[in-house]
Amino acid sequence: MAVHRSVSPLIALALSACSGAAPPQEAAPRVPAAATTSATPTLDAVRRKGFVQCGVTTGVAGFSAPDAQGRWRGLDVDVCRAIAAAVLGDAERVRFTALTAAQRFTALQTGEIDVLSRITTVTFQRDVQLGIEFPAINWYDGTGFLVPRSGGVRSPRGLAGATICVSAGSSNERDVADYFRKNGLTFTPVVMERLEELTNAYFAGRCDAFSQDRATLAAVRARAPHPDDHVVLADVISKAPYSPGVMPNDLRWMEIVRWSVFAMIDAEELGLSSGTIDGAMASGDPEVQRFVGQTGGFGAMLGLDALWAYRIVKQVGNYAESFERNIEPLGIERGLNRLWKDGGVLYVPDLR
Amino acid sequence: MSPRGRAIVWQAAALGAAGALVGLAALEAASNLKARGIASGFAYLGRAAGFEIAPGPLPYSARDTYARALAVGLVNTLRVSLAGIVLATVMGVMLGLARLSKVRALSLPAAGYLEVVRNTPLLLQLLVWYSLWQGLPGPRAALHPLPGVLLCNRGLFLPSLSERPALSGFDIRGGLSLSPEFGALLLCLATYTAAFLGEIVRGGVLSVGRGQTEAAAALGLSRARTLRLVVLPQALRVMVPPATSQFLNLAKNASLGVAIGYPELIAVTGSTLNQTGQAIEAIALATLVYLAVSLSFSLAVHLWRRGRW
Repeated sequence: MAVHRSVSPLIALALSACSGAAPPQEAAPRVPAAATTSATPTLDAVRRKGFVQCGVTTGVAGFSAPDAQGRWRGLDVDVCRAIAAAVLGDAERVRFTALTAAQRFTALQTGEIDVLSRITTVTFQRDVQLGIEFPAINWYDGTGFLVPRSGGVRSPRGLAGATICVSAGSSNERDVADYFRKNGLTFTPVVMERLEELTNAYFAGRCDAFSQDRATLAAVRARAPHPDDHVVLADVISKAPYSPGVMPNDLRWMEIVRWSVFAMIDAEELGLSSGTIDGAMASGDPEVQRFVGQTGGFGAMLGLDALWAYRIVKQVGNYAESFERNIEPLGIERGLNRLWKDGGVLYVPDLR
Repeated sequence: MSPRGRAIVWQAAALGAAGALVGLAALEAASNLKARGIASGFAYLGRAAGFEIAPGPLPYSARDTYARALAVGLVNTLRVSLAGIVLATVMGVMLGLARLSKVRALSLPAAGYLEVVRNTPLLLQLLVWYSLWQGLPGPRAALHPLPGVLLCNRGLFLPSLSERPALSGFDIRGGLSLSPEFGALLLCLATYTAAFLGEIVRGGVLSVGRGQTEAAAALGLSRARTLRLVVLPQALRVMVPPATSQFLNLAKNASLGVAIGYPELIAVTGSTLNQTGQAIEAIALATLVYLAVSLSFSLAVHLWRRGRW
């Protein structure tokens, strides 16, 4: 039930905030009494419980959605699995928490999840005011519009006076207001929290356009009774770099999340994939040797073992594999999300 | 010490303890928020909200402050609640009288209605009303239930004194309009609360002694005049307290509008706390506003009863 679920993390926050006088395990059940002294409380807690609690969407195909067997799949889901492979040795040791846009930050702040991996746009306010840390951008997107083909709308300027479906608490809610204001146009918003209900309202004709990040719109369009009746406009009205999110109290955990994402992108750049990484163990290339943990001792520096990056690629795959498995079937081009040497903006530091 | 004095001391002690608890909780909350790096305070209320809200009685644009956005939400809550109370009262009285009727063609359907409405979840009823409305044709093929009145999946459009609604661009413009979200929420709240009010009306009427009706009949009053002059004024005394609590329930249930995107107080609070991250402040504020609305309504009813009786 949308109403109940949206309020529950708030109650959790209120309760945890009110119980500060209680013993630490009550105030933050997942962090041990030693949390205040350990440099990496999240990593310790993840090791102790044996799984990574990962916050994802309530279902956006390509990024995080359960398949027919109930298994979570998507680009963001693969980030969760990569972290589990690196830290716990097994990409399957992840538990997922489905969150609406409005619930996500509270869930992270209250310690309900260890990492948020949920099509989350990095913004100044989220970084500085909410105090969320964004370790590594793993997808570049932007706010766009989905419209019925029959309406004849070719560009967002054609939406003057239109009714637009937008999800509550998304960055799109502000992007659309900014765009229309900048262009001196008006619109009527229909704002709902759950993407499913918003999608139903759009398909029922409640709105003239659906505004969201473009990859999400492609996923929404794919769920239409007749996808060809709808078109994602080419215009992008904002930048939307996505990153996983973590809390700022654990630098080591943040580094692990950051380098798990970097490792997938580096692997693609080095030509290492889940199929070829075993053969690469014997490679003479010093970069590859460092990556698979033969030299360099980088795993130990992260507080992990030498094979952390090897396992990410072996069990989850490199970035291209994740893209081809999750995003490409939706008909979304890789575009900006190609490697820098292929004309995209994915440019990450090497393991050195 | 006199019993009265002792009572005052005990009450003061209880109040003090409760106040201390609240204060302690607030201090703990503040220190926990700080530890988690979450900004706190109400300074956000003065900043520009930056999100749009569907047009309502109170003018608003994304340039306005969060405080203004919340006021818009409150006005929208009050608007649907007041309209709901009026509609629910009319329907409730009709239902109650229908149930009392000796004509079975009236009393049986009324009883059936009460059972269905009172025994299904309100949220489900709301979603049914909303999806029924969404099933209507689009603005280009709008229905004309009455001359000048247009009904479509974008809302209900009524002619005003100066203009008649007509299709313009994407939508129907001109005249008075009710959005599908407002309409569905209003129908849902009114039909639901009417079921409870119907039972209150029936109970109130039955509470008036038979002797009263018989005396009125002996005086030669017609059945309608008996009801209006003898039964209802006495029944009202019994009906007002439970009806008041139903009206307050209706206002609180209006917060379900968040599920279908009606921009009431809780929906705007949701957007606000999400944009600012200040969950505790936003929720506390919404709670206080609801409390203030409920208490002032209760007080008004109380004063009215004191003045009357």
